[in-house]
Amino acid sequence: MTTTYAVLSEGLEKRFRDVRALRGLDLAVAEGTVCGVLGPNGAGKTTAVRVLATLLRPDAGSARIAGHDLVREPDAVRRAIGVTGQYASVDGDLTGRENLRLFAKLHRAPKASARADELLERFELAEAANRPTSTYSGGMRRRLDLAASLITRPAVLFLDEPTTGLDPASRNQIWQAVRDLAADGTTVLLTTQYLEEADRLAHDIVLVDRGRAAQRGSPAQLKALIGSYAEVVVAHADAMTAAAGVLDQLTGGEPHFDHERRAVGAVTTDPTLTLPRLVRELDAAGVPLLDASLRPPTLDDVFLRLTDRPADPKGLVA
Amino acid sequence: MSTLAYDTTAMVGRQLQRVRHNPGLQILTQTMPITMLLFFGYVFGSALAMPGAEYRSFLVPGLLVATAANGIMTGMFQAAQDSHRGVMDRFRTLPMSRTAVPLGQAASDLVLTAVGMVPLLLVGLAVGWRVEGSPLEAVAAVALLLLFRFATSWIGILLGLASQSEEAAGQLGGATFILPLLSNAYIPTDNLPGWLRTTAEWNPISAVTTAVRDLFGNAPVPDGAAWPVAHPVAGSLAWCGAIIAVFLPLAVRRYTRSER
Repeated sequence: MTTTYAVLSEGLEKRFRDVRALRGLDLAVAEGTVCGVLGPNGAGKTTAVRVLATLLRPDAGSARIAGHDLVREPDAVRRAIGVTGQYASVDGDLTGRENLRLFAKLHRAPKASARADELLERFELAEAANRPTSTYSGGMRRRLDLAASLITRPAVLFLDEPTTGLDPASRNQIWQAVRDLAADGTTVLLTTQYLEEADRLAHDIVLVDRGRAAQRGSPAQLKALIGSYAEVVVAHADAMTAAAGVLDQLTGGEPHFDHERRAVGAVTTDPTLTLPRLVRELDAAGVPLLDASLRPPTLDDVFLRLTDRPADPKGLVA
Repeated sequence: MSTLAYDTTAMVGRQLQRVRHNPGLQILTQTMPITMLLFFGYVFGSALAMPGAEYRSFLVPGLLVATAANGIMTGMFQAAQDSHRGVMDRFRTLPMSRTAVPLGQAASDLVLTAVGMVPLLLVGLAVGWRVEGSPLEAVAAVALLLLFRFATSWIGILLGLASQSEEAAGQLGGATFILPLLSNAYIPTDNLPGWLRTTAEWNPISAVTTAVRDLFGNAPVPDGAAWPVAHPVAGSLAWCGAIIAVFLPLAVRRYTRSER
């Protein structure tokens, strides 16, 4: 059986004056799966979504969305997709209900009003439905935006950093909505800066760096590739060497010393190394432990490991 | 074509809802010409050679046309507001006619202009202005005013889409109030020095004002004027046709091609 891809792009390129935002981006998202596009600011995530959602024309490369050619059949693509951008794409002057009814009408949705009410209910916006959306909180606006993208039950949903800037409760609501959609068979492509978010939602992760896919795999594969960071803090400086010896045995990784904090750490890719085992072994070796941690990799670890440099916080693309 | 009509109707609905929630600009653009009618009509009117009542009859058509010319300002402001907001991204990802967005704006503006004309005409009646021609000509005058408004709003939409920010559009849009000052909307151009008279009479506002005065029967076509004023109805139609022919396609193109 062959896999059907809901999103398939090859060599997408997009340039803004002298900035090359996309430099040959290849993506393949199997139908009915959630793909997390992970990367720091400026990696090209938003540009990728805008190109795939027909908002920007690619300079080179091709893509098929739900079987339709992105450049030649933009209207067919638009009928198949829903898009929720980083900035709420709803009309601030209109109420929540007016927004959804308008988009439903423009989508030729049968029973536009009923569909709008159903979505308001589902995203817990029924109470605020008659208020202009400019009075909504960030989380409410994002929920309305997501509701607007779901009017026609799209085959493919693009979410550009859907939880950036949201409080934990709103974030969980968005996450749950994404899980429900995926369970219903919607293909979701979401961009995020948070490894945790990709880990929780995505079947596959594509790590994007400087407009290109740098690495791809399941969350477990990526984490296994990068490993966790084991770190111990000892009571006095003399014990650091002993601690490093134990860590070396357990992880096989090269120990890092932080003399100021009297901390020793090492990367491990061994899935059997748990925190209790780490503590037991160090205690058995007589190391005076003050603190021990086994931290899953962060986005920075991912980038350090896979690109030999930290995630660029300023969002500059060279 | 039915797609365009359907989508445009939906966009007109959106614009009217916006005005219902934020009626500020609409109220301002409706009350401004009334204030000007009272100030100009009674303050300036007392200092002019023309008798006051006659001046006020002369002024009402001028203010109607000046208000129609405000389509530049309103169109600019709304288009700039829209183009810098996220909702445009939503429209661009919907399987809808892209022309419907600017066309919906221009069409809803026409509805609001028609409504906005009523209070000015009522105050005009109160200060002595009358329809002195045939009813058919009066209807033609109103139709011409709406056509001119439709034309000017496309200038505004193009400038608004091209503007860098809402603020820039607001400032530039505000500056358009000088356009009727260089026309025969508020004063007759007969006594202006030669070059200034020519400039004022080639202002499209002058041709339309003359046509509206002529159709309402408020003032005759002046002698020895430049061609658009001497043939005001033909001149007005030519101006409106030319403006629409240039600015409508440019604005639609700008909207459909822009990649914000």
